Amino acid sequence: MGESDDVFDEMHGFGEAVRSPYARYSSWFEGATPSALLKKSREARTFFRRTGITFNVYGDVEADERLIPFDLVPRIIGASEWALLVRGIEQRVRAINAFLYDIYHRQEIIRAGRLPEHLIRENDAFLPKMIGFDPPGGIYTHIVGIDLVRTGPNEFFVLEDNARTPSGVSYMLENRETMLKMFPELFAQVPVQRVSGYPMALRRSLERSAPQSSADRPTVAVLTPGIHNSAYFEHAFLADQMGVELVEGHDLRVVDGRVAMRTTQGYEPIDVLYRRVDDDFLDPLNFRPDSMLGVAGIFDVYRAGGITIANAPGTGISDDKAIYSYMPEIVEFYTGQAPLLKNVPTWRCAEPDALAYVLEHLEELVVKEVHGSGGYGMLVGPAASKREIAAFRRKLTAKPANYIAQPTLALSTVPILTKAGLSPRHVDLRPFVLVSPDGVDVTPGGLTRVAMKKGSLVVNSSQGGGTKDTWVLKEG
Amino acid sequence: MRLTVDHTSTYTYETGVSYALQQVRKRPVSLPSQSILSWDLSIDGARLETSYTDHHGNLVDLVQVDPDASSVTVSVKGEVETHDMSGMMGGHRQLVPLWLYKRPTGLTAPAKGLRALAGKFGSNTAQDVGVLHEVMAEIATHVAYQTNETDSETTAEEALQKGQGVCQDHAHIFISVARLLGFPTRYVSGYLMMTDRIDQDAGHAWAEAWVDGLGWTGFDVSNGICPDARYIQVATGLDYRDAAPIRGMVYGAGAENLVVSIQVQQ
Repeated sequence: MGESDDVFDEMHGFGEAVRSPYARYSSWFEGATPSALLKKSREARTFFRRTGITFNVYGDVEADERLIPFDLVPRIIGASEWALLVRGIEQRVRAINAFLYDIYHRQEIIRAGRLPEHLIRENDAFLPKMIGFDPPGGIYTHIVGIDLVRTGPNEFFVLEDNARTPSGVSYMLENRETMLKMFPELFAQVPVQRVSGYPMALRRSLERSAPQSSADRPTVAVLTPGIHNSAYFEHAFLADQMGVELVEGHDLRVVDGRVAMRTTQGYEPIDVLYRRVDDDFLDPLNFRPDSMLGVAGIFDVYRAGGITIANAPGTGISDDKAIYSYMPEIVEFYTGQAPLLKNVPTWRCAEPDALAYVLEHLEELVVKEVHGSGGYGMLVGPAASKREIAAFRRKLTAKPANYIAQPTLALSTVPILTKAGLSPRHVDLRPFVLVSPDGVDVTPGGLTRVAMKKGSLVVNSSQGGGTKDTWVLKEG
Repeated sequence: MRLTVDHTSTYTYETGVSYALQQVRKRPVSLPSQSILSWDLSIDGARLETSYTDHHGNLVDLVQVDPDASSVTVSVKGEVETHDMSGMMGGHRQLVPLWLYKRPTGLTAPAKGLRALAGKFGSNTAQDVGVLHEVMAEIATHVAYQTNETDSETTAEEALQKGQGVCQDHAHIFISVARLLGFPTRYVSGYLMMTDRIDQDAGHAWAEAWVDGLGWTGFDVSNGICPDARYIQVATGLDYRDAAPIRGMVYGAGAENLVVSIQVQQ
């Protein structure tokens, strides 16, 4: 049933037999009528259109707001495989926080010769104003969405760490909501862990990260760039689900040494700001003076210990793809342990030997921009035409330091429902991780993105990818 | 040498201010070259919101202008015991890595003129303190000290083209050239007691370059000397924008006017 013998299918492994996490789902599916399921699939579309989860696709003027395809066959993860993943994620997230602290303090990892200085020196996301500052609770990345892919029963690779501003958690919640509405009986048969606790867990985690001087019940708010931002829906959704205010820069000002929001009862100080505004635009007094989206003076209040900014400014440095290639060293340096999650082998094209190899093997490799995201500006060698490869070769030769290359992984597949029945499609997985002084909390679930086109390895929603509900089973 | 400082800056606004913040860097810290005996900062027409130490080790006060204020006065009065360090101001005390001080900034980024100037000093000069003295002398021959020809946003390249400028421009040009020669270099704002007068025209600015074996070494292009006991360091940074005595953000005011009075004496 898998796409080919080389590709691991989450439902059928490398063979035909159904894997145990899918056993109950599979027997339910056997009993379902294909035409009824297709009808449900159309209902799901209507449901999403009504709730309004849409995603602005950059460069697509026609489809200003477009629906992300949803497939109703869930991605199912067994309890024991999930436990393994969680341990790996916790280790990685702790290492990232230790790394960020170090980079903004003594830079021991550079002094020890384990990370080349130029990776920090030439990194635009490195924020000198953060140097020497201890963020409240010592936490830089309160919210992380690590992108993972799977190639075998126990083979998980981290693709990206997304420690800056991971989005997509609203899809995790809405996808589950939709599945619960459409298939209530299914959830009675399969013991699926809940994800609906995420918004309250997020709120609690943010509250626990408040500055020490805060009141017993810290005030949390979500800062959005506004309605024109592609993730505005998610900002509004999360604020609503957490029961906190959604604010924009012009709602905030400095009052009594704090950052405060305008309310009907006057200005109310904010203890923790979950900001979805980029570093550059956060504070016109301290960063880009032309920013209309930020709050003048918020960085001064932050350095004085008067507010928690989540995620901390300057965390983007750990999202850099050249830094990514050093993650195994980073994990080992700060935890003293071998990394539990694998890194994809990465050629840094800045290095002449690596570049020579990459240029010779373009048709087998995935080449990405060091600072890119969203699947833009990348080359998927095996799927590219000769012309595309030739064009990319010119770009790469002109600015090699701008690129890294990775082997094309045989991403696992999960079947999607098509008119002809189930058909496997490649997927990735973005679990959502919360970090507070209490510890690391990984929500049992996540966002499974699926390449809707047969054989395609690009799952990004900006490139036509869809989503699936992600089930983590209870023990036993 | 015991120096007293009395420095008042008054901003007047044509129309009332609806919301304005000022970042004030006017509080020096004790260093090998200076012990702060007393230092008082007072504000009129505005209030202190919060204070902290920035990444360069500067004390920063965030101040909010009172609603509808037509003027704001920031005054400092202090007494400092200074020591002549022969221009060698000491080791590196901050966590900021030295390579950051080699980075071109908005006000110091070199273009053709500065590159040509740096080119006169050859390429293999890094870490030779002698060349920095030559750089200081060379800049003085190209850029005459002249007030009112440049402003706080003038870049090093622009001031060099103009051939005129004040201490801030001299410091920026020196920083730009020294960085091109491979020296980590920083901007210093502070005070200089000119021995022939009590009333000083303006706050002072100079540059410090990092020289291996010597540490931070000061160069005052405007006066052609290295800082001695007549200098008080208040703030440092990559350029003026990092170390400016006052940086502000004003909403809803018309024209802004600044009057400064500075007295430094023994």
